[in-house]
Amino acid sequence: MIADFLAAEINLIHGDEPMPGMPLPILEGHASAGRLERVLRAGRFAVTTEIAPPDTADAQAVFERASVFDGSVDAINATDGSGANCHMSSVGVCALLTRRGYATVMQVSCRDRNRIAIQGDVLGAAAMGVTSILCLTGDGVQAGDQPHAKPVFDFDCMSLLETVTVMRDQGEFLSGRKLNNPPRVFIGAAANPFAPPLDYRPLRLKKKIDAGAQFVQTQYCFDLEQLKSYMVQVRDMGLTEQCYILVGVGPLASARTAAWIRDNVPGVHIPDPVIRRLLGSENQREEGIRICVEMIQAIREIEGVHGVHIMAYRQEERVSDIVRESGVLEGRMPWHPGLTQRLID
Amino acid sequence: MYALRQWSIRNAQVLEWLYENFEGVMVALHPLWLWMGYNRIEGPIRGLERRIKATLFDCRMCGRCVLSQTGMSCPMNCPKELRNGPCGGVREDTFCEIQPQMRCVWVDAWEGSARMRDGSGIGRVQPPLAQGHRGRSSWLREVREKRDRRFFGSGD
Repeated sequence: MIADFLAAEINLIHGDEPMPGMPLPILEGHASAGRLERVLRAGRFAVTTEIAPPDTADAQAVFERASVFDGSVDAINATDGSGANCHMSSVGVCALLTRRGYATVMQVSCRDRNRIAIQGDVLGAAAMGVTSILCLTGDGVQAGDQPHAKPVFDFDCMSLLETVTVMRDQGEFLSGRKLNNPPRVFIGAAANPFAPPLDYRPLRLKKKIDAGAQFVQTQYCFDLEQLKSYMVQVRDMGLTEQCYILVGVGPLASARTAAWIRDNVPGVHIPDPVIRRLLGSENQREEGIRICVEMIQAIREIEGVHGVHIMAYRQEERVSDIVRESGVLEGRMPWHPGLTQRLID
Repeated sequence: MYALRQWSIRNAQVLEWLYENFEGVMVALHPLWLWMGYNRIEGPIRGLERRIKATLFDCRMCGRCVLSQTGMSCPMNCPKELRNGPCGGVREDTFCEIQPQMRCVWVDAWEGSARMRDGSGIGRVQPPLAQGHRGRSSWLREVREKRDRRFFGSGD
């Protein structure tokens, strides 16, 4: 019974069973072969998450870190030196994950590479089965473990978006030189509805859509009211029709962590009541999970929101609990390696 | 100078008017520039441009001036040199994540744009900067491109 239901679901969203390492067919009207795009275009509430790239040259570490998300998420973001810290590259992580059939979102930051390197990476990644690319500006180098690095920023996120769009839709490099086969990717961007200037943020989203963004993943949302007022403006501008919006969420490990993040991580806005609620609870870690679950459920109700992006730094193993408790998948089981076997069994 | 830079943003509307008229004069003088030779006047004009714009805007001579689309706040003062709007790291007090003593140049740009007669340019997507144009006169490039467009069309 459940197996039938799951099989029907897979059929609906995926159309066919993915062969690890092999691309799915591109459906009519889709930009990519990716499952994230399929889920969103099918009108489902999408769930994405972030894998912490390991500090190792060991492929197994990547597979282990990815497996904790099995069955809970539609795609996994591979960060590109997040916080300006050195880790395994996003291209590397994605190349490994696509071998197993995982749907990945490759993050590209403008901080470390110029236009020659980035366009080459986009082609290489697409060739290895990456179907979604998230175009980011990137944190400043001072934030990470290599503060003396040269900040590149040859592109900004906007010109990066435009470049990848040109590569895909016009089949050429920024220079105009033709590509034999364009990268068929679903193009995404980041958005921060919670950083000043607040009244400019919806316009910035529009600009990103103009530059080619088809989906956005936002910064952590801990302030529902602020998100709602942002979404009102975004809806009024008609942007929810042109772009899929996935709101960022994540569990706070404790009140102390929350206060530290607020003071030290630029762009993350955590209101006092959230910190007070954590302080007042007996088990702060569990309370953090509960806040996250409640946030997802509240976000689900906002018109024009198409999914959530769960960033559970150092609590990755709790993502499946969060997704299950929030109930946003509504019984849906995203594809993951071994799912077919599970259905047959 | 930071104080003057802030003054320019507060007076974005006046500067917008000045710039428009100045550009008109520069374009009208195209035959003169042509006669003198664009390459020959590049040096002196560049020197003048640098002096004026460095004083008023802390200009970095990127070679492709977008001040009229950024509320007279020079985006090259952003430590990430973002030319298309603020990053997500702007502090809650509107200051820069990298240089906490400086207001985000894009917060300034947004305010400056609101003061301008036509502040809509901030919504336009800017192409990546041609790195080879750094240090060269943006004024002369503008003039030449404007004349070319007038004679040969937009080229699109």
